[in-house]
Amino acid sequence: MRNTRYFYGQLAFTILVCSFLIVPVIMSVMAGITENFFKGIGSGVTLKWVWQVWDLYADTIFLSMLIAIACLACTIALGVPAAYVLSKRQGPVARAIEELLTLPLAVPGLAIALALIVTYGGYRDFRASWVFILVGHVLYTLPFMMRSVLAVLSSADFRTLEEGAASLGAGFWRRFFDIVIPNCRSGILAGSLMVVTLSMGEFNITWMLHTPENKTLPVGLADSYASMRLEVGSAYTVVFLVMIVPLLIALQKWGQPRKMRAKMREDSPELQTEPVSKD
Amino acid sequence: MNGKPGKKTSIKIDRCAKTFPDGTNALEPMSLEIEGGETVVFLGPSGCGKTTTLRIIAGLENPNPGGHVYFDGDDVTSLPIEHRSVGMVFQSYALFPNMNVEENIAYGLKIRKMPSGEVAARVREMLDMMQIHELRGRTIDQLSGGQRQRVALARAIAVQPRVLLLDEPLTALDALLRERLRVDIDRLLRELGITAVYVTHDQAEAMSLGDRIVVMSHGRVAQIGTPRQIYFEPKDEFVADFIGTMNRLSGVVTEGLLEVKGGRIALSDREEGPLEILFRPESATITRAEEGMLTGRVAGAFFLGDRTRLIVEGAGDESLIIETAGSREFEQGQEVGITVNPDSILVL
Repeated sequence: MRNTRYFYGQLAFTILVCSFLIVPVIMSVMAGITENFFKGIGSGVTLKWVWQVWDLYADTIFLSMLIAIACLACTIALGVPAAYVLSKRQGPVARAIEELLTLPLAVPGLAIALALIVTYGGYRDFRASWVFILVGHVLYTLPFMMRSVLAVLSSADFRTLEEGAASLGAGFWRRFFDIVIPNCRSGILAGSLMVVTLSMGEFNITWMLHTPENKTLPVGLADSYASMRLEVGSAYTVVFLVMIVPLLIALQKWGQPRKMRAKMREDSPELQTEPVSKD
Repeated sequence: MNGKPGKKTSIKIDRCAKTFPDGTNALEPMSLEIEGGETVVFLGPSGCGKTTTLRIIAGLENPNPGGHVYFDGDDVTSLPIEHRSVGMVFQSYALFPNMNVEENIAYGLKIRKMPSGEVAARVREMLDMMQIHELRGRTIDQLSGGQRQRVALARAIAVQPRVLLLDEPLTALDALLRERLRVDIDRLLRELGITAVYVTHDQAEAMSLGDRIVVMSHGRVAQIGTPRQIYFEPKDEFVADFIGTMNRLSGVVTEGLLEVKGGRIALSDREEGPLEILFRPESATITRAEEGMLTGRVAGAFFLGDRTRLIVEGAGDESLIIETAGSREFEQGQEVGITVNPDSILVL
């Protein structure tokens, strides 16, 4: 009897916590599709706010996507080789560089943005272009990519794998692209998930770096909350969720570790007809 | 660079030493010549420099300045491993998890830009040779340890390397599997007739596989010889103790007789004075107490089926290990006599 009481107690607590977190999201989505938020859902359901957001802010959505993809490309191009080199060097210099690259996580985004403006603000074309925002995003997200690739690189014996490939005649670049990259796939995908979602939602740095022509989705969101009807701001949230949730699910699926997928295959009946072990 | 079948590559190591950046001297200057087609086993405890020597031959480590490695008389010291055409088998297999069995075996062939038809034929040949045909589509994590090492061997020999280098290939496997794979490797090395260097800390592996054994200790060569020479004529205490079981008796020689705790042993032409002799467990026979050269008490008897391994106390300062026929039974504390075959007595 005691056990059931505990169970229901725990269930109630879990539901309470979950609702505390989920209800605001639902409320926001509701607000975005309600005719008049102050009259409530009874006033009717409509998509007109969503269309209004699309008309006003479609360019911010496209810019956010562009920056997220460019940011991903940059962090892969910079972060994967950096992680590879750091995993090979064990000296104090390597550790110091690793810590230094993690620093942008500890420094407030506003400070990073300010430093960028102070340093590069004078180059007008650069300052005015979306690439300026991209630089801020790359600085901020690079440690996430690097850390997650580094974790995979240090979990397996890549040194011996590379030595094996070298003994078969593979030079450095072949080893890197045939052996190292494919075997850190799970780390690169997990890092990509972080980078894309962080870049999409980044506000602090972007708010400082943006120009009226170059607004990303979160900056546009702040803009609409400040200057528009509440329904428009909420509809914006709906658009944001529609974009980001499928992306999250897709990346999560690809990022599933190789072992788990292999295990799932092993459990499938067609393979069980064969003896698993010969020895 | 590929070794042509029939032509066997000789290896010459000339004054190769290795000091690591942290200052450890892994290998004292070492010179060794390995004939084409020969199987040489580096044997020794961990940290004796055997793996370092193998890695220098492979091109994975550079010897200290002044050391050289020659393949067939060509200086390959400055060639990186990918240009040496060596086949390598690792303790941890080093199979590529992103490729299946066939792709692993084909990898070296594809790097050599072999036409795909020939690659497929060669892969099939390797799968047959290692008897792993039914594994060809498996991923690496679906294989057992023994299967993995078979694939690793197939991958290493598929490219027809000049030299095959094996770094403790059986160490990660359990005893029964180790025995079976050892037989397979032996058969493979005989069939291919390839020059092979094999590193192990297991003396049974070294004895059964090596044409010659290089026993190493603390970065130095302790002895080089055939398995029989190493076993029957060890050069020093380290080799004698490391290979097989060795009994020791110490005493004083007077008038051609060595006087020890449990009796006397006849020794012709030995100078008078203190002496230590060594002999193997199978070089002594157990007799009735009053008939032996020495007498002692049975402290333990281990029935092994075909033979019994006895631990005898009281004959010398240390207890002796003697092997005798399995049919006889012994009791704890029983008095026995021991006769040592004078021809198999070693003095270092």
